[in-house]
Amino acid sequence: MKYELVSGFETHIELQTKTKIFCGCTTQFGGEPNTHCCPVCIGLPGTLPVLNREVVRFAIKAGLAVHGEIASVAKMDRKNYCYPDLSKAYQISQLYAPLIIGGYVELSSGKKIRLHHIHIEEDAGKLIHRHGDTYVDYNRGGVPLIEIVSEPDIRSVDEAREYVEKLQQVMRYIGISDCRMQEGSMRCDVNVSVRPEGSETFGTRTEIKNMNSITNIVKAMEYEYDRQVDLIESGGKVVQETLRYDDVSGTTSSMRSKEDAHDYRYFRDPDLVTINIPREEVEALRAEMPELPADKCRRYIDALGIPEKDAQLLTKYRRISEFFDAAIEGVKSPKTVSNFIIGQMFRRAETESDKEQFDLPTTPQQLNALVKLLDSGKIRNNLAKATLEKMLDTGKPATDFISESDMGGVDDNALLALCKAAIEGNAKAVADFRGGKEKALKALVGNVMKNSRGKADAQAAEAKIKELLG
Amino acid sequence: MGTIATIHEMLVKKQVSCTELTQRYLDAVEQANPALNAYVNVTPDTALATAAAVDKKIAAGEEIGALEGVPMTLKDNMSTKGIETTCCSKILTGYKPIFDATVWEILQEQNAVLLGKTNMDEFAMGSSCENSCFGGAANPFDTNYVAGGSSGGVSSAVGGNIAAYGLGSDTGGSIRQPASFCGVVGLKPTYGAVSRYGLIAYASSLDQIGPITKTVEDASLVFDAIAKKDKRDSTSVGGGNTYATLNRDIKGMKIGIAREYLDGVRDDVKEATLAAAEVYKSLGAEIVYFDLPVLKFALPVYYIIACAEASSNLGRYDGIRYGYKTAHYTGTHDMICRTRSEGFGEEVKRRILLGTYVLSAGYYDAYYKKATDLRGTIISAFNKAFEQCDVILAPTVPMTAFEKGHAVSDPIETYLTDICTVPVNIAGLPGVSVPCGFNAKGMPIGMQLIGKSFGEAQILNAAYRYQQAAPEKFRDTKWGVKL
Repeated sequence: MKYELVSGFETHIELQTKTKIFCGCTTQFGGEPNTHCCPVCIGLPGTLPVLNREVVRFAIKAGLAVHGEIASVAKMDRKNYCYPDLSKAYQISQLYAPLIIGGYVELSSGKKIRLHHIHIEEDAGKLIHRHGDTYVDYNRGGVPLIEIVSEPDIRSVDEAREYVEKLQQVMRYIGISDCRMQEGSMRCDVNVSVRPEGSETFGTRTEIKNMNSITNIVKAMEYEYDRQVDLIESGGKVVQETLRYDDVSGTTSSMRSKEDAHDYRYFRDPDLVTINIPREEVEALRAEMPELPADKCRRYIDALGIPEKDAQLLTKYRRISEFFDAAIEGVKSPKTVSNFIIGQMFRRAETESDKEQFDLPTTPQQLNALVKLLDSGKIRNNLAKATLEKMLDTGKPATDFISESDMGGVDDNALLALCKAAIEGNAKAVADFRGGKEKALKALVGNVMKNSRGKADAQAAEAKIKELLG
Repeated sequence: MGTIATIHEMLVKKQVSCTELTQRYLDAVEQANPALNAYVNVTPDTALATAAAVDKKIAAGEEIGALEGVPMTLKDNMSTKGIETTCCSKILTGYKPIFDATVWEILQEQNAVLLGKTNMDEFAMGSSCENSCFGGAANPFDTNYVAGGSSGGVSSAVGGNIAAYGLGSDTGGSIRQPASFCGVVGLKPTYGAVSRYGLIAYASSLDQIGPITKTVEDASLVFDAIAKKDKRDSTSVGGGNTYATLNRDIKGMKIGIAREYLDGVRDDVKEATLAAAEVYKSLGAEIVYFDLPVLKFALPVYYIIACAEASSNLGRYDGIRYGYKTAHYTGTHDMICRTRSEGFGEEVKRRILLGTYVLSAGYYDAYYKKATDLRGTIISAFNKAFEQCDVILAPTVPMTAFEKGHAVSDPIETYLTDICTVPVNIAGLPGVSVPCGFNAKGMPIGMQLIGKSFGEAQILNAAYRYQQAAPEKFRDTKWGVKL
């Protein structure tokens, strides 16, 4: 029998607000343990949380980016559980009235992964195990998170991968999070179940906790799919449980079964007042939203004539697309700019983080100036390419590498003169060409190139000669 | 009487220096505390340092505020920077906060002289003060009787003249009930009037800090000082402005009596309450009787909500960061279990268990949700009642102070003593307990005036006029400083 994979994601994303969700401490990653803390975020007796409104605004932006409905009234709840990294023994979260309801993430296939809701909550601290002892670092405690809960709409690991990538991309675009899985600013809990293909009912699901890389998500899902199918095929039953994934062995193992599942005893947090979200605030935030990657990609393809694959590459990271947007100002062909970026600049931003920053020595204005030289016919493509390499090495403008003598002399009149001269001085080649020898043309073009000391555009010269002989 | 007003006048007229006065109070604490057990921690250094500063100001001819230099106390659940704050629980042994509660910050700015921290039922859970890990506080009228709870220490200290006033906290009657038992005035402000920042939480949606004083005008002075909006407490609104209208004529004021408040109340208490109504009539107020049947839900609603919130609020005491930690353990889980088992007292454990139960999956709807729904019903019923009257008059407690040891023997009966006080907390309303008589054994009886939301000015006005008309109900005790 063939089995279908069914999966839903709970994705935690740390918000890059300056301060924590309920106090004024910095949200900066790292720092000496327990130095980004205050009485409020370590939950000292008598302290009270005060909601950082910036968190609400960031979450609303997230909601708008995934087409969710922004609630007009939201509330904070307490999720009670006991763990040393949770200083109050409850996490302030949202269950009964979350900030964002519904929404979806659209995959490249056009399929929409529906979202159940998005809520805001505080992060917990971290346990550090060293020399057989356990230490707690509360720096991360109180860092704001959004949790994006999807419906079980994912049907393959490829869809899962794209879902995570799309979320990552859009959240980075709107500037609410760096979504670095390796640093834990984006973490996924993955629900997996299988069912016979064609079946309408869901199978029993397991939940793989705290996945911190897309590679591991894919591997864990594949492992879990095989494990569940094997189990069912051999007459067994999938048990609802929470699993952890071990990336060394590539296997999942049980953390706790359904019977041991936490009873979080959620209830409204009496220390925090109802969050009212006026529609004007939502509209103001909507107006602040940048063009989203999907819209941008479509525009590049439709309006700028960029090939789809290239448009996707350009829009994957916001900084790159912004670089592109700035570099195409007034150029003849945006595709030329795109080619330079993808062909030459990408090589210099190899890692994901480099691409995310896209902080190369050359500015979009410098690239723009280079492309305009090309547009005007003052330099040709080979020279432009070589010049860009030098620009990227040094951060200096194109004019630093192209002398006056490199430029000029190749405008249309000059080219015409060069072509005429080539025709007049090479009667044999002209005769050969007229006799049907296409190759003879190369000799004429070569002559033009030689006399222009390499500055002329070979293609333009060839066209011009054909025109003159035609 | 050692009231705030008297002390202020003495200081201004230089009849006594603040240092001398403070020393007299400290001496009195030393003398009376073995019998009253009101203080669990005396802070002479802090007190004398503040007193010296006040004396300097007076010597320099500077004007001093109404609370400046007045010796006072704080219930031991209000955070005081560098001064042990234990909630009278073993689990907070040695805990010295690194920040001040907002109320204490405000009072320090006014140079309040902190004599020390006072006794309470552990985590404010109790009605006798006997659930304290330091043993209960005694009633200054007769030390064989309890001071009441949970703010028993403050009431005992104020009644026993070893503090001019104090701040207590009231979750289900913890200011008003001990004030009633000790023959002093206790104001539970409207929820949100006084910042809770730094008050160690028992039940967050019910807790409120308020003054315990010898007179109504003192309660008004302290309330006006501490009722300020605080950006560190999201539920804080502020609103202290009661002193100016204390003496307003109450002719035509409608004072309501809900029949249900008198059900099951001991005769002497009932008589004293009705006698107070007569005093009000003589002052030109109109007495209106009405029914408030929802009151029968108040006690279960209170215990469900309070315990639920407490079970969550008290989860943080795990021995990891501060306070008591068990000596022997095998792992993290074991350490937390042992620390909590050893560190919490019986009543606290009982309420944590109850609260955990009512929030549990499968029971939430039947208990917690039903209780919060009924809370809304109770609030509406009070709103309706206030369409017929301006102030509600009721007994504070259905009885007078009980003898020591009585409360512990029967927890349910002890819970029942809260029946008249909890509705106010559920509805978030202000209520003030005022002495209104004595029983055959000479133990004080208190009455309660309940106001509309943020109606402190009105209830204190009514209380003050009563105090003026019936000064004999405000009797002093043999203890402490005589001024």
